[in-house]
Amino acid sequence: MIEVTTNRSGGAAPEAAPQAKAEVSNLSFYYGDFRALKDVGMPVYDKKVTALIGPSGCGKSTLLRCFNRMHDLYPGNRYEGRITLHPDDTNLLAAGVDPIEVRMRISMVFQKPNPFPKSIYENVAYGLRVRGVRGRVALDERVEQALRGAFLWDEVKDRLHEMGANLSDGQQQRLCIARALATEPEIILFDEPTSALDPIATASIEELVTELKERVAILIITHNMQQAARVSETTAYMYLGELIEFGLTDEIFIKPRKKQTEDYITGRFG
Amino acid sequence: MIAAPLGSSLPAAGRISDRLRKRASRHVPERIIEFLLFAAALGSVFTTAAIVYVLVKESWVFFQAVPLAQFLFDTQWTPLFDDAHFAIMVLLSGTITSSAVALLVAIPLGAVIAIYLSEFAPFAVREVAKPFLELLAGVPSIVYGLLALGLFVYEFGLGQSILSAGLTLALLILPVVIVATREAIRGIPRIIREGAYACGATNWQTVRDHILPYSTPGILTGVIIGMARAIGETAPIITIGALTFIAFLPPAPFAGDPPAGPFDWLFAPFTVMPIQMFNWTSRPEAAFQANAAAAGFVLVLMTLAMNAAAIWLRYRLRRDIKW
Ligand SMILES: Nc1ncnc2c1ncn2[C@@H]1O[C@H](COP(=O)(O)OP(=O)(O)OP(=O)(O)O)[C@@H](O)[C@H]1O
Ligand SMILES: [Mg+2]
Repeated sequence: MIEVTTNRSGGAAPEAAPQAKAEVSNLSFYYGDFRALKDVGMPVYDKKVTALIGPSGCGKSTLLRCFNRMHDLYPGNRYEGRITLHPDDTNLLAAGVDPIEVRMRISMVFQKPNPFPKSIYENVAYGLRVRGVRGRVALDERVEQALRGAFLWDEVKDRLHEMGANLSDGQQQRLCIARALATEPEIILFDEPTSALDPIATASIEELVTELKERVAILIITHNMQQAARVSETTAYMYLGELIEFGLTDEIFIKPRKKQTEDYITGRFG
Repeated sequence: MIAAPLGSSLPAAGRISDRLRKRASRHVPERIIEFLLFAAALGSVFTTAAIVYVLVKESWVFFQAVPLAQFLFDTQWTPLFDDAHFAIMVLLSGTITSSAVALLVAIPLGAVIAIYLSEFAPFAVREVAKPFLELLAGVPSIVYGLLALGLFVYEFGLGQSILSAGLTLALLILPVVIVATREAIRGIPRIIREGAYACGATNWQTVRDHILPYSTPGILTGVIIGMARAIGETAPIITIGALTFIAFLPPAPFAGDPPAGPFDWLFAPFTVMPIQMFNWTSRPEAAFQANAAAAGFVLVLMTLAMNAAAIWLRYRLRRDIKW
C-alpha cells in the first residue's frame, strides 16, 4: 500500500483531509490465465479527480473496468482482492454483489463517444428509465439537469428529439457525460474521454471534469500528461499491471519518488 | 441478382487516375484477372437475362390465350375443363398462405433462439450450439420434409395441410433466421452494448431497448431473403404430400361461405407454385409448358420483389441507426 501525503505545500488554509470514496486493495485481475493487474492498492478520493497514467497496455482500462464490473460481460475473467466503496463498505468485486447494483452507483464514459442510436433525450434518459423513473415531468427535469451539468443544454435544447449521432464528436462525448451524470452516480469513470476529440472539444471536457468533481469522485485515464496535471488532484502511475506510484499530482509531476515514473512523465519512454 | 455487386463495382475502375491505369495495364496477370472477373460478372448478367428471356417467350404464348384480367382476378384454375379458367391466385394462394404461416412461426422463434444464444445462454452453451446451427443450415431441404412428415403430418395430426406446409417452411428458414439474427447482433458495436450495461441495464433491458431494435433491419432482410428461397422449394413440400393439382382457392377467408371458420384454410389441402410447374413440364402437351412458364414468371417476379423489399427495408431502417 502506498502512503499519500495530504498536506499541500503553500496552501494558506489547511485543506480538509480528503475522504476516500473507494479503496482498492490487493486487486489482481485475470483475463483467463493472463494476470493483467498485480496486487494493486490505492484510494479514490471523494470530490477529487484521480488520474491513471502509464504506457499502453499497462492495465489502466483493466483497472477502471473493475470499478463497474464491466469484465463480468465476458467469459474467463476473474477478480481477486477488493474494491471497497464507502460509506457502506461494500466490496464491489464480491461474488454476492450484483454488477447491476454496482453500475447503478458508478457511471462510465468511454474512449470513443458511444451515444445510442436514439434521440438526444432518450440517450440521457436511458439510465433513469432503467432505474424505473417514469413520468414525463420527472424525466424532463432530470434530463435538462444532466444536459446543463454537461454544458450541453444550450446547444441541444431545441433539438432534444434529434438523433444523438447527429451531434459533433465533442457534443457526443458531452452527451455521453450527461448520460452518465443523469443517474447521480457516486463515481464517474472516464477512459481517455478526449483521445478522439480536437483540442477545443478536449478543453471543454476538461473544464467539465473540473466542474463535476465538486459533486462526485472521478477516475480518469489519460495519455496526455498535461491533461493529468491540469485536471487531477491525485495520480496513479502504472506499469505492466502494477501500480508503481500513487500520490498527489503536484508531487508526482514535480518530484516523483521513482525514477521510472519520472522517465515516463518526462517522456523518456512510454 | 448475383451480378449486381460485381457489376456495380466495375465502373469504379474508371475512377482510377489515368496514370495509375497505365501503370496497372503493364501487369499482364492483373489484366487477366480483371478480364476473368469481368467475364464472370458478364456471365451472371447473361444468365439472368437468359432466364427472363425464356420465361417471357414461353409465357407470351400463355398470355395470348389467357387475358391478364382473368389471370389476376379469377378464382378458378381449370385448364383441363371445357370451360377453362386460369387464375394465378389459386396457385399462389398455397405459396402465400404457407409462407405467411412460416414467417409467423419462424421469425419470433428464430429471433428468440438467436437472442437467447448470444445474450443469455451460459458461455459453454453458446460454444456447443454454434456448430449445430451451421449444420442445421446445411441440411438438404428434403430431410426437413421427412422430419415434417413424421412430426407435423402424423405425430401432431395436422394432415397434409397448409398448416403443415407452413411449419415445414418455417423449419427450413429457421436456421436462416437464426444466423441472420446472430449476424445482426454481432454487427452491433461492442461499445454500444457496453454503454447500455454501463448505464445499469440488465440483460433483458439491454436486449429489449438496444439489441432487438438495432438488429431488426438485419433480421428482416435475412428473413426475406430466406423466404424468397423457401417459396421456390419443392422437395420438402412434396414430401409432406402437397397436391399436384388444385382448382379452387382455399376456404375462408379466401373463399367459401361466410359460416366457414376463419382458420379453415389452415387445414385445407394445398399445392405450391414450383410443384405445379414441375407437374406441367412433365406432360407432353405444349399448352402445359406455357402454363409452367407463366407460373415461373410469377415466381421470379415474386422473388425479385422480395429481394427489392429486403434492400429497401434495410435502407429505410438503417437510416436511423448510426453508430
Ligand atoms: N480482453 C482481453 N483479453 C486478454 N487480454 C487482454 C484483454 N484486454 C486487455 N488485455 C491485456 O491486458 C493488458 C492491459 O490492457 P489494458 O487495456 O488495460 O491496457 P491500457 O493501459 O488501458 O492500455 P491503453 O493505454 O492502450 O488503453 C494488456 O497487456 C492487454 O493486452
Ligand atoms: Mg485503455
